[in-house]
Amino acid sequence: MSSIVLQAKEISKFFHDPFDIQVLKKISFVIERGEFTSIIGKSGCGKSTLLYILSTMDTDYEGDLLIDGQVMRGKKESELARVRNGKIGFVFQFHYLLNEFSVLKNVMLPGLKLNQLSSAEVEHNAYEKLKILGIQDEALKMPNQLSGGQKQRVAIARALINSPLIVMGDEPTGNLDKKNTEIVFEIFKELAEEFGQSLLIVTHDNEFAERTHRIIEMEDGMIIRS
Amino acid sequence: MRIGLIISISKALLMARWKQTLVAAVGVTFSITMFITLLSFMTGLNNLLDGLILNRTPHVHIYEEMHPSEKQPINYSADGQGHNFISSIKPKNELLDIRNSTAIMKSLKDDSRVLGVSPKVNVQVFYNVGAVDLNGVLNGIDAVEENRLFSFSEYVVEGNYQDLKNVPNSIILGKGAAEQILANVGDNIQITTSKGQRVQLKVVGYFQSGLQDIDKVQSYVSMATAQKLLGESNSYMTDIQVKLLDINEAPEVAKEYRQIYDVEAVDIQTANAQFETGTAIRTLISYAVGITLLIVSGFGIYNILNMMIYEKMDTIAILKATGFSGKDVKRVFIMIALTIGIFGGLFGLFFGFLISSGIDQIPFKTDALPTIKTYPINYDPRYYLIGGIFSVITTYYAGYFPSRKASKVDPVVIIRGK
Ligand SMILES: Nc1ncnc2c1ncn2[C@@H]1O[C@H](COP(=O)(O)OP(=O)(O)OP(=O)(O)O)[C@@H](O)[C@H]1O
Ligand SMILES: [Mg+2]
Repeated sequence: MSSIVLQAKEISKFFHDPFDIQVLKKISFVIERGEFTSIIGKSGCGKSTLLYILSTMDTDYEGDLLIDGQVMRGKKESELARVRNGKIGFVFQFHYLLNEFSVLKNVMLPGLKLNQLSSAEVEHNAYEKLKILGIQDEALKMPNQLSGGQKQRVAIARALINSPLIVMGDEPTGNLDKKNTEIVFEIFKELAEEFGQSLLIVTHDNEFAERTHRIIEMEDGMIIRS
Repeated sequence: MRIGLIISISKALLMARWKQTLVAAVGVTFSITMFITLLSFMTGLNNLLDGLILNRTPHVHIYEEMHPSEKQPINYSADGQGHNFISSIKPKNELLDIRNSTAIMKSLKDDSRVLGVSPKVNVQVFYNVGAVDLNGVLNGIDAVEENRLFSFSEYVVEGNYQDLKNVPNSIILGKGAAEQILANVGDNIQITTSKGQRVQLKVVGYFQSGLQDIDKVQSYVSMATAQKLLGESNSYMTDIQVKLLDINEAPEVAKEYRQIYDVEAVDIQTANAQFETGTAIRTLISYAVGITLLIVSGFGIYNILNMMIYEKMDTIAILKATGFSGKDVKRVFIMIALTIGIFGGLFGLFFGFLISSGIDQIPFKTDALPTIKTYPINYDPRYYLIGGIFSVITTYYAGYFPSRKASKVDPVVIIRGK
């Protein structure tokens, strides 16, 4: 089994509106199993754009993306949805929980969608993930009854529910205070070191980045350090 | 993909906006209620009005018509080849008798398509009221057959129709005629036949058809009485009324009888074409109104779903980001639409039934319709089926376009927008 979970091959991205502009310029890199990687760079250098492509949500790019050895180009929308569902966990800057569902159900939904385990097993797993994140007591609350830091931890639990190959985060601590940032960082570190979880986290926080295993630095749509 | 998951997501979205969804469902309920009520009432009324005429109309009516003599004397002339317009030979009186009626009656009764036959003798008379003579028509009938085939007794509002057979020289007077003559049940009245003969008849009941013009003129006597009034034998009859097992065979049967027996034979469809047209148009209007209401409520659902999709963009984006496909999202919104449609529709059917049974209880008494006590309602399950199917179809289409829009939501655009 290959230890490469994600590979970007000369990925370029253009925007055409309001004028033609190349945001990503032949980005190539490899993420290995268990790596805790951070991406840094000035605002507007293309970090989020890259992450949307890597997460298969944006399909309008040049170059190739391989996840788990499979080429993503040419896959149908429903096949990509399945890749996102089973192999990628995504954490956003804004927690983005579904307010219609309880914390527990929020965590369970991607697991139910994957449809490989019974709902009782999915529920059990969801409790396990919430426990890792130290919020199992909040399971039956509604998202709007939680603090910002707690919500972000629920979002991380949701990203983990299907034991993904890689967890991606776009400034997941961008909205958190010092203390909560520290908690989230410790969780990521524990996931990487104890559970061998691959992580690719975009951040503005250099101090945060310094403590990850590897830093990819971008400037003007190119990688200048990795 | 488990259907249960789709349902639970749909339910959550529904509950989050339960007031709007309730309004949408009430719209469907209202339109289905109206649809059912309208059709039940309208077709009930239709059936009543048709029954008024059609139940009492023979499916095939056999009679002899007065024809002017086809061969006028001038036709016999050798040089009558060019134009001639002289028609001096008038119809003879006894032409109204159906010739060979006994044999025809017998062979009709043996016909397997025939439910029954009822003969009739038509007599033109005058009702004598003091010095005044009123026009009248006596129908000599076989009371028992007439009742079996054409529900005669339902229209005899006073007295017993069987007295016509049991009491000699008896008459059941048309209600309108009775009022003009001032005759009560048990009285004797006097009539004059067209041949000038005066006869006393005993009133044993009133007859009311609901059609004023008929009730003023028509009365009923027994066959034997009518034949006696005319001084004819007991095989004399002017009309034979045939009721078939299947009304749709009437035109064919009538045509056949015309050829075999050389008589006039008219089928019910030809005789009452205007009723079918009226019925069809009334039913069409009811459908049009019901379906219009449904379509309007469909737009209501369309609006609510569109609004819901705008409000739930984030939810849709997250569902997609976490691995739900466009198809799953579409199913969720279709499910919401169908839920509104099915529940709204079911309640609509229920309320429709309730309201129509309510109308069914409202007293509706009119002199014109002696057999009717309350407003007529037709509980045909077909309308419930159509209403149910239509509510599901309209809500499906109302949900189809919004849900397609939802399935195309691009999560990147939404997430970037934050
Ligand atoms: N839909 C779009 N159309 C046109 N240009 C876009 C679009 N989305 C992003 N851009 C441009 O692409 C560039 C990269 O944007 P991106 O969001 O990837 O930056 P970023 O590195 O994530 O910045 P930040 O750190 O502020 O989040 C920016 O210059 C932005 O203006
Ligand atoms: Mg960004």
